[in-house]
Amino acid sequence: MIRVILVLCLFVIAGVNCSVAEEITIAAASDLSFAFREIVAEYEKTTANHVRLTLGSSGNFYVQIQNGAPFDLYFSADITYPRKLEEAGLTVPGSFYQYAVGRIVMWTGNESRIDVTQGFEALRAPTVKKIAIANPKHAPYGRAAVAAMEYFKVYDQVKDKLVLGENISQAAQFVESGAADVGIIALSLALASPMQAAGHYWEIPSDAHPPIEQAAVMLMGGKNQKSAKAFLSFIQGAEGQTMMKRYGFVVPSPR
Amino acid sequence: MNWIAIAVTFKLALLTAAVLLVVGLPIAYWLTFSKWRWKFIVESVVALPLVLPPTVLGFYILVAIGPHSPVGRFYSDVVGHPLPFTFEGLLLASILYSLPFAVQPFATAFEQVDRRLIEASWTLGVSKLKTFFRLIVPLSVAGLITGAVLSFAHTLGEFGVVLMVGGNIEGETRTVSIDIYDEVQALNYAGAAKTALLLLAVSYGVLLLVYAMNRKVWAVWPQR
Repeated sequence: MIRVILVLCLFVIAGVNCSVAEEITIAAASDLSFAFREIVAEYEKTTANHVRLTLGSSGNFYVQIQNGAPFDLYFSADITYPRKLEEAGLTVPGSFYQYAVGRIVMWTGNESRIDVTQGFEALRAPTVKKIAIANPKHAPYGRAAVAAMEYFKVYDQVKDKLVLGENISQAAQFVESGAADVGIIALSLALASPMQAAGHYWEIPSDAHPPIEQAAVMLMGGKNQKSAKAFLSFIQGAEGQTMMKRYGFVVPSPR
Repeated sequence: MNWIAIAVTFKLALLTAAVLLVVGLPIAYWLTFSKWRWKFIVESVVALPLVLPPTVLGFYILVAIGPHSPVGRFYSDVVGHPLPFTFEGLLLASILYSLPFAVQPFATAFEQVDRRLIEASWTLGVSKLKTFFRLIVPLSVAGLITGAVLSFAHTLGEFGVVLMVGGNIEGETRTVSIDIYDEVQALNYAGAAKTALLLLAVSYGVLLLVYAMNRKVWAVWPQR
């Protein structure tokens, strides 16, 4: 009897260890919000591994990782952060890979009378009181939005109308809720079904701002490199790529 | 509703209240009975989290326990992983953040104990420690419960500090307030509303308890 209990205990301990071993923690830029919720759910279904997903601004994650945050994988909306982490020796060598070039769009709700197809000229209209963008200090999409406004020479006229989201999801939420009249948000968020249902968008030409190159790295501070690799190969595989493409995450082939 | 976040939050709040009940008692005792002229300096330090923006407190804690500080290095050498963005780090931050919510009600309760009783106990040869546990504590139970309950409730709703030192990790540092923030950003208003309602109900219930107790609607300790 005692032996049976002992064996059972071993199984329990092994089981606990297994479940801990198969868990990874991912820090992902919030433009991946909708895409990653879907991909993670699919990945968990096919592999029975658990993913702890944290979404936020790439710049904040960069600071947190430098301060020892225990993430296994870091998907940044700005390629410079993973690059800097790589230089600092905080990443697993050879894990760096570019997963997309981000696009921005001008988005407005269905009830709004603002015609976003006019492009940046639409922002000058007096009916536009608040424009939501991500905080350009630490969010790459915010920087791209400012660059595009400067490119179209409207920044000085509209800068007092800007409201800053802590990350690009919050900027999207500001405009989706109607609190802001227009938002400059990530295409990946505009393509998500709740945003599609609530409004429409105009794609900002990609030459209006420096490319939003996005990259992922595996981190030295992570606890589970094997599972992290498994997730990376899932996302780079056919199924993962189909889902990423649906949200506009593609690396354009060089012209 | 995100039950993992709810569990993390309640665990954090319970542990914070428990630690503060232990740590807060000697601080409150000293603040009440010390005759030191410069006591107000310590009093002000204890009260600082009441007025300091949580981000400032969070920032200092992050720097103090991060891998670039001696404290942070010592911790990660001993335990094997850095303190920020872990449950333990969050617990430490919560304890500092809720310190005045425990210590101030404790000290107020101690002050209200009749000095003559305490001095009678001392002059009858009962040690200070024994006087504390057999006289002062029983007579301040309402204040002690108020302090514990308030620090519990305050930790439930903490946001800025968690955002700075927590890192929003599921099952570890993602608390209810952070979860609500996440749900709103994911445009899941229904999910956010449910969790928000739970937080509202619990907070109101906790305050009802505190105010009812201080009004002596029901006696916590038999009246003598």
